Formats: sequence, structure tokens, C-alpha cells
Amino acid sequence: MPNEYASGTPIYLQLVNQFKHRIISGQWPAGAKLDSVRDLAMSFEVNPNTMQRALSELERDHLVYAERTTGRFITQDKELIVKMREEVAQEIIETFINQMQSIGFSGEEAAELIQKKAKERSAESHDKQ
Amino acid sequence: MTNNNTIPAGQTAFVEIANVTKTYQNRRALSALNLTLEPGHIVGLLGPNGSGKTTLMKILTGVLKDYTGSVTINGQSIGPDTKALVSYLPDVSYFSAWMRPVDVISLFKDFYADFDEQKCLEMVKRLGLDEKQRIKTMSKGTVEKFQLCLVMSRNALLYVLDEPIGGVDPAARDYILSTILSNYNEAGTIFISTHLISDVEKIFDTVVFLKEGEVVLHGEIDEIRQREGKSIDELFREVFKC
Repeated sequence: MPNEYASGTPIYLQLVNQFKHRIISGQWPAGAKLDSVRDLAMSFEVNPNTMQRALSELERDHLVYAERTTGRFITQDKELIVKMREEVAQEIIETFINQMQSIGFSGEEAAELIQKKAKERSAESHDKQ
Repeated sequence: MTNNNTIPAGQTAFVEIANVTKTYQNRRALSALNLTLEPGHIVGLLGPNGSGKTTLMKILTGVLKDYTGSVTINGQSIGPDTKALVSYLPDVSYFSAWMRPVDVISLFKDFYADFDEQKCLEMVKRLGLDEKQRIKTMSKGTVEKFQLCLVMSRNALLYVLDEPIGGVDPAARDYILSTILSNYNEAGTIFISTHLISDVEKIFDTVVFLKEGEVVLHGEIDEIRQREGKSIDELFREVFKC
């Protein structure tokens, strides 16, 4: 399972973003126990110090907490997760609108196109069922 | 953020290379080189051909003795005591013509107290090597895989790996990298030279750039990536552009 990391940014930040995504998508549910630093480093194929740094960053944001003897856990604070999910959604929307504007669409036009696409998609998934 | 791996003041860093110069006939391979490697890190030694990587590794492992300057591992000068702590993957093969993996494994078992035979046999199996095949008849990549099995099956404090993945196929490369990671421990150091930087840089936390026998860069990879906005591979291509 090859793990690819983009070249321009620090690896630990890329890990932080991946982990945030796992938390808000529910792949790593609230309160779940994390593997050890060593095991996480192995499965993400990164240096254990890099992994440690990524986890410290998540701890600082209170998304992960450590218990002295038992290890690290995803936060139990579901509100925090919801809040982060909304933040990430905002970032995605910002990026989308910026890209659409850069090719000459207004925000409203972009929104219309999104709605149209969303309808098409739900129609498609109905057809499949 | 604090760095957990900083050695407390007053204590000797794990590997200390001070003012080391090595000359071959009239060609200078290392030039007043200074380098300190702290425990708990996987360090990449990067540099173009002829920059002195192999020479430095041979000095660390006690293969080369005629140099000036001082090199200590855990406070001890290079000698039999440090050799027992160091597991070395040389850039060339050292097997005799008659040997098969089983023979070498039994030699390693006799020779190194920290050799884990079971672990070695598992790796040999996992990489699909035939332990009864004469090494002489193996392909270059297969020999390299076997050498790496031997070296990584020691529970050493310092691993010195000179081009560990140069000749092996990409599938085996992934397995070898994860084996290297699995040998990481906080007291030890893994020192790796490679030209395949983009494949390996994610497992380093520190890199050393060597140019004409001198250290031209020594730093944490994520600091460098942040500062330069480039991967280590891209930076290398820029620094050593021909």
C-alpha cells in the first residue's frame, strides 16, 4: 500500500490533514483508540518522529488526547468534530469558487451549476437502484 | 514545539565526527568534516557520486582507519567495541563463492550476539529468497535483498546502510522500507545513503547533504520542506545541478 506525499509541504502537515479527514468522515470515530506511534508510522510509511509531530499537532488542536498509560484517543467532543467538518467544508467551497471565478464564472453561476450536477447525480443513483 | 529527541546538555551525542579528513593518494574524499548524529533518528546521507558518502560510512564502521580527525560512537573511539554496536550494509557484496544463505546465516549467528536468526529467516522467506541457492548464482538485486535481511536482523544501535535499495525492484523496496522503519528505536540511529531520494525521503527525519567531502546541509526534512517549498528530492536536483 504505497503512501504518496506531495512534494511542496511538510509531511507531518499532510498527515494532520489526512487524520482530520478520517475524523470528520467518521472513519476514525469519536473516542476511538489510535494505534501506537510506531504502528501508525509503519502503516503510513513515515518516520516515527514525523508521526509523533503530526499527533502532537492534533493534540494541540484537542482533536486527539493522550492518556498516560493507555494511549491516544480521538476526542469525545462531537461538537468539535462537527465544527471542524464545517470548517473543512468551507475551505472546499472557497477553493471551488476561486477556481470557478478564475475561469470566468460568478459565484451564483457556480452555485447553479453545482445544483444541476447534484440533481443529475441523485437521478443517476436512482436509476442504478 | 519541544523536540523530544534532544540529548540533555552535557551528554555525548551518539555519533560524533569531528574534523575528519580522508585522502586517497592525492584526492581528498572528506575535508575537515564535522557531523553529529543524535539517537532516535533515521538520517539520510545524500550527495552526488564521489561526494564521500561511502568513505564516511567506511570510517564509521571501522573499515577505513587511515584518516585524520576524531570519530566516536557512544563516546568510544571506533574499534571492536563500537563494531559490536554497528550493523553495516556495505556497497559491495562480501560473500565467498561457495556460500548459500543458510551458511551465511549460521556465520552471522556465531559472529554477532545481537543477531536474530528467526527474524532473518522470516525476512528471507517473505522476500521469496531460496536459502539453499548459491549466492554466486543469484541476481544482483537478490543478493542485495539477502544482505539487507542479514543487516536488519541484528539488534544494533547504529545501522549504516550504504545504498540499501539501489538494485531491488519497487515491490521489494516497499517491504525493505517498512523493515527499516520497524527497526527504528529511540536509542538507535539509522544512517542511510541513497540516490533514490523520492522513494525514501518519507522515512527520514533528518538529511545530510554531502558535497565534495563537506557537509553543505544538515536539517530536519519537514523544516527544509517548509522553508524551501520543495521535496528533498527536488532540492537535491537543484543544489547538485550539473
